[in-house]
Amino acid sequence: MTETNTLMPYDEVLARFEPVLGIETHVELGTASKMFCGCPTGFGAAPNTQVCPVCLGLPGALPVANEQAIESTIRIGLALNCSIAEWCRFARKNYFYPDMPKNFQISQYDEPLCSEGYLDVEVGGKVFRVGIERVHLEEDTGKSTHVGGATGRIHGADYSIVDYNRAGIPLVEIVTKPIEGAGELAPEVAKAYATELRELMRALGVSDVRMEEGSMRCDVNVSLMPRGASEWGTRTETKNVNSLRSVERSVRHEMERQGAVLAAGGRIVQETRHFHEDTGATTSGRSKEEAQDYRYFPEPDLVPIAPAREWVEKFRVDLPELPRVKRARLMAEWAVSDLDMEAMHNAGAVELVDATVAAGAPAADARKWWMGELARRANESGTALADLSITPAQVARVTELVASGALNDKLARQVLEGVLAGEGTPDEVVAARGLQIVNDEGELSAIIDQVIADNADAADKVRSGKVAAVGALVGGVMKASRGKADAGRARELILEKLGVAG
Amino acid sequence: MSAITRDEVAHLARLSRLALSDDELDHYATQLDDIIAAVARVAEVAAQDVPPSSHALPLANVFRADEVRSSLTPQQALSGAPAVEDDRFRVPRILGEEA
Ligand SMILES: [Zn+2]
Repeated sequence: MTETNTLMPYDEVLARFEPVLGIETHVELGTASKMFCGCPTGFGAAPNTQVCPVCLGLPGALPVANEQAIESTIRIGLALNCSIAEWCRFARKNYFYPDMPKNFQISQYDEPLCSEGYLDVEVGGKVFRVGIERVHLEEDTGKSTHVGGATGRIHGADYSIVDYNRAGIPLVEIVTKPIEGAGELAPEVAKAYATELRELMRALGVSDVRMEEGSMRCDVNVSLMPRGASEWGTRTETKNVNSLRSVERSVRHEMERQGAVLAAGGRIVQETRHFHEDTGATTSGRSKEEAQDYRYFPEPDLVPIAPAREWVEKFRVDLPELPRVKRARLMAEWAVSDLDMEAMHNAGAVELVDATVAAGAPAADARKWWMGELARRANESGTALADLSITPAQVARVTELVASGALNDKLARQVLEGVLAGEGTPDEVVAARGLQIVNDEGELSAIIDQVIADNADAADKVRSGKVAAVGALVGGVMKASRGKADAGRARELILEKLGVAG
Repeated sequence: MSAITRDEVAHLARLSRLALSDDELDHYATQLDDIIAAVARVAEVAAQDVPPSSHALPLANVFRADEVRSSLTPQQALSGAPAVEDDRFRVPRILGEEA
């Protein structure tokens, strides 16, 4: 990899060119079994343990379509405002490559299940409508490991070894129409689109959309045309971009790279490129052996799909609230600002706060814990907020204990720590760690007497009217009780004992 | 006018990774041309009222429930493989060095 890209400063690219984007997204559906056979689909199984004659393409094996996958694809199409085909077929995409054991992939060609829709995304408070060209269903490929050669890459490898567990898992491909007019926001629009699409898949419950595990991946097309031109430039396609941040970075990088090539009088080559997470750069994936002649024809082993209109309408009625609409509703219900909502959205906290509120917590408390202590701990351990080992119901219970006066914030943090450490439910942690606030008035009174005796100066100040000095005494009580006293009640009792009205 | 040219047969052979000699190309180009011409006669019989079809039976919507069935063991799955490594199918080099 000796290729280095000359880049043009981003502002200059924008001054001279207008970007046009196109995004193809592959989403692995979360069905229990594969698209055309009954093999399981779990991630991370031992190699070639989830394969059968159908997904290995052995002679005589026949595919049968998974009804759940068809249903999920139609629901995705409806959520993306698409028309659902009344009749369509699968097609064979023929290519000779070891990741498909059949030497063809069952896909859809000129008859996609869903077409002509859109998805609205928000960037900087502005709504962009991204047109959807088509949504079709196909099967995923196997996973190759390249052995020998320099860096485990396909180029220069001595040979490859293939695991077909992933081959045949239902894969939905979502293709946008060309995205024009985004200008300087193009990289952010691309990221916002991928983010919104991921949220939508989650809301529909059709996929776990884990980009790091490859269950959602984006191919990003970028071209530049001189400002004022009417014809688009030649595009490149950056393949398998596998994080939201990388979608944004790859678009920006391609704009800067293409700008430099064009400004130097060069031509953009229509090609596949690869994005490198470490450098943020793309490199050419060009190969002279890449033959783009797929010879599509209708799949003879599968009959057409003709979704009944009643079936489709039933799905339409049952569609969940769209993520963007839901965020707007929650923003009003929780009385939070645009910025707070965006912060929660970016932290992946919206669903968690929502679930915590549903479990009985006040919105402000739920947000405080998820965006404060829990976000801090997730950040420390490098895990996603949703992957912390605490449930929204448990967070709601902690807020309830605080509201009832059984815990203060300091003790609540210790309870959260205990739950995260696997010590049990909030109530179990409170019991095991002895974290109850001191509610016994006799015990609290004895502690206060001791603190007053130990801090005679401060006590005198309070007696003489300097009520502010009570802070030191309350602090002493909290310290003596190791944080378990109710600070408000302690303050009342101290003032009472010193003969001062609070 | 032939239905398929010798060049097209050579192109298809390359896409299918079949190494055909010049003699074989001549031979198959003639044979395939005859076969395609024979099948094309169906079009002469089909009238306007017969829509093109890709399936023999007028069926649609044949689905299976999303239920897991048992898979092969890796030993069974790999039993027909010419080469195996780490419970995976071992295949020859896919791409050569970068151009
Ligand atoms: Zn299978």
